[in-house]
Amino acid sequence: MSDSAAGSAQKPSSSVKLVLLGEAAVGKSSLVLRFVNNDFQENKEPTIGAAFLTQKCPLPTRTIKFEIWDTAGQERFASLAPMYYRNAQAALVVYDLTKPSSLVKAKHWVAELQRQASPGIVIALVGNKLDLANDGSGASGGIATATENGVPGPETDGDTSEARNEEQESATSDARKISTREARGYAEEEGLLFFETSAKTGVNVVEVFTAIANAIPETSLKGTRGGGAGAGQSALGAGRSGDDSRVNLGDRNAAAARDGCAC
Amino acid sequence: MDEIAPEYDVVVLGTGLTECVLSGVLSVKGYKVLHIDRNDHYGGEAASVNIETLFRKYTHVRPGEEPWKKYGRVNDWSIDLIPKLLMANGELTNILVSTKVTTYLDFRQIAGSYVQQGNGPRATVAKVPSDAGEALRSSLMGLFEKRRAKRFLEWVGDFKDDDPATHQGLNMAACTMKEVYDKFGLEASTRDFVGHSMALYQSDDYITTLGVAKETVNRIRLYVNSMARYGKSPYIYPLYGLGELPQGFARLSAIHGGTYMLNASIDEVLYEDGKVSGIKATMKERDEASDVMKFTTKAKKIIADPSYFPKKVKITGYVLRAICILKHPIEKTDGNDSLQLIIPQSQVGRKHDIYIAMVSAAHNVCPKGYYVAIVSTIAETNTNHHLELQQGFERLGEIEEKFMGPPIPLYAPIDSGVKDNIFISKSYDATSHFETTTDDVRDIYQRAEGEELVVEGLREGQTLVSEGTQ
Ligand SMILES: Cc1cc2nc3c(=O)[nH]c(=O)nc-3n(C[C@H](O)[C@H](O)[C@H](O)COP(=O)(O)OP(=O)(O)OC[C@H]3O[C@@H](n4cnc5c(N)ncnc54)[C@H](O)[C@@H]3O)c2cc1C
Ligand SMILES: Nc1nc2c(ncn2[C@@H]2O[C@H](COP(=O)(O)OP(=O)(O)O)[C@@H](O)[C@H]2O)c(=O)[nH]1
Ligand SMILES: [Mg+2]
Repeated sequence: MSDSAAGSAQKPSSSVKLVLLGEAAVGKSSLVLRFVNNDFQENKEPTIGAAFLTQKCPLPTRTIKFEIWDTAGQERFASLAPMYYRNAQAALVVYDLTKPSSLVKAKHWVAELQRQASPGIVIALVGNKLDLANDGSGASGGIATATENGVPGPETDGDTSEARNEEQESATSDARKISTREARGYAEEEGLLFFETSAKTGVNVVEVFTAIANAIPETSLKGTRGGGAGAGQSALGAGRSGDDSRVNLGDRNAAAARDGCAC
Repeated sequence: MDEIAPEYDVVVLGTGLTECVLSGVLSVKGYKVLHIDRNDHYGGEAASVNIETLFRKYTHVRPGEEPWKKYGRVNDWSIDLIPKLLMANGELTNILVSTKVTTYLDFRQIAGSYVQQGNGPRATVAKVPSDAGEALRSSLMGLFEKRRAKRFLEWVGDFKDDDPATHQGLNMAACTMKEVYDKFGLEASTRDFVGHSMALYQSDDYITTLGVAKETVNRIRLYVNSMARYGKSPYIYPLYGLGELPQGFARLSAIHGGTYMLNASIDEVLYEDGKVSGIKATMKERDEASDVMKFTTKAKKIIADPSYFPKKVKITGYVLRAICILKHPIEKTDGNDSLQLIIPQSQVGRKHDIYIAMVSAAHNVCPKGYYVAIVSTIAETNTNHHLELQQGFERLGEIEEKFMGPPIPLYAPIDSGVKDNIFISKSYDATSHFETTTDDVRDIYQRAEGEELVVEGLREGQTLVSEGTQ
């Protein structure tokens, strides 16, 4: 999904705040880098710098402009600020499918989001590092209700394969520790989008974002930043747009008033 | 879990606004910062909390009781523990813009700025006039006084620090504000609202203090210019409460490599030759199942709020604060959804003003239909603290819920920190805005870095990959 400004010019365009959540080192920043720059860096530094990226996602009838907030590493010691996910309209909850603890953490985030975030938030559960699974070339994904991709692999010999996956009895070349079925089952229960991705090879990365873009309800879209819904939503109600009390601090013209005196 | 680095340039303790601004600035400048808070949330004393937390903090909630239940969803509330507002043209606004922390926050105006005249049932409440035109329309003054006030405000508007021609023959560097007021022939009641609701002095000491005239005029100019910027009041306020501010600066720091660790306690501060050399700390896990993590790291400097070094700070005064929940706007304030109301001390027979800061659902800090008003003053007595705020409570009318703790001590560091490289901030004082907080930020920076803090252009030339543009 390249940034195709052409063609999207006439279509309505809306900004969507998308946040990434998940244990440190599951590949959140790598997924963003793959999506935004179609790039991957092995063993990169923990997230520094790229904390607020934008990427357009053109859909047939509209363009979604994702404002992607990376965690800036604040998840490392469980110190993510609530401000981070406030008003998020979409969240990518990422785990590393070679690391069982990361799914536990992902479930924690999902619960937190369901408790704290905007009611209309679209959440995608993403199992990353699919390239490390020896069925990894396959593109498993889609919404949680989609049927399982029957990707043939050395151990998909009959109906024991899932069980074996879950017991982590995979061949040495297969680092997968969380089966597709387990994660998908959970995603289904919670009503999440579900994908397995590889930021390294790029498998399914664009698909995650496109699926999210498609799942954002038309009603929660608006032209500018700020998100439709939020905690205290009942309180928001009136006057969000055209609200003359809102201030734009970035406005340099207004800032010019600093020097003169308005008496 | 990633390892803690063996050494940091600066370890910051406490995630109040002062500490977070410094952490952000230092990280942007390339220092390696470790930022720790003993609490499991950002903001320290300056946090915004939900209504359950507020009840638990100020009242004895018996097991099984849930007094917050009748106030709707707990997380629809975001109540400031410290009442402050941003001056639209103030230094914090400047820092927010220069550091682009504005990217993470939304601001809204405070709808009105009011001052009380008189007391008891005959008290009047009026808008603070902010320019010559408003002075002429104000109900605060009689006809002739309005003209004098207009002349005074016009003079303030033209005043330039470095241009004696604008000083009306006054020796502004040395004279008192009394001489200035006398020169314009202003009445006592006008001096009251000018000094207390525009220059925002909390007592009358400023009137007779030599050399304070210039500062007073500059404070009035800040008020007037802030007012002119957006129109309704000189104040702006972040949606979801003041607790968003430290979080925004913490994010700035994190983006520039700052490491954040909440819920961690400092076990020991290590020294070498009288200077700080490192810390020993324990990170508590959120869930009981997981282990605690103990670590030691070197640090060249520590910046901390006063609570981390109780032996290195002194008490400079006490503030009284009461957080009140209302179901109606404040009488005589035009039904505004938010305001600042100042009751000058002379009007109610005190030495210090009583402040009321009110915000509401318009700022996403509570559900629709509620108003959160904080009444505060500097304590003048040793008992009966509740009575000291009484005149403020009277302004509020019916109060659904009132949260008030004991007098809050204000701390300041005993030493500059240059000797041991431990730089301690001041408590958030009783002023209604953040100007003293940013003064403290600048002061700490100067002490710690030996140079003046320049925020303008701070993030220019920073090579952030595709940082979003607005
Ligand atoms: C999706 C999501 C992910 C999150 N991830 C993390 C994470 O990884 N690490 C993390 O630390 N936090 C995280 N948070 C924030 C954390 O959940 C909040 O701090 C939480 O809502 C408060 O803790 P609690 O609900 O467990 O208990 P609460 O009952 O809300 O709080 C527990 C006690 O902590 C104190 N307290 C809590 N908040 C405050 C406050 N603001 N001011 C003063 N006292 C307070 C109170 O004394 C309270 O009794 C996340 C939130 C969300 C929505
Ligand atoms: N093999 C593989 N490694 C990945 C993948 N995604 C990320 N990584 C690596 O995992 C490490 C952590 O990635 P990062 O994006 O920083 O994770 P974050 O902490 O969640 O942002 C880095 O060394 C990445 O190179 C992936 O899809 N496959
Ligand atoms: Mg990252």
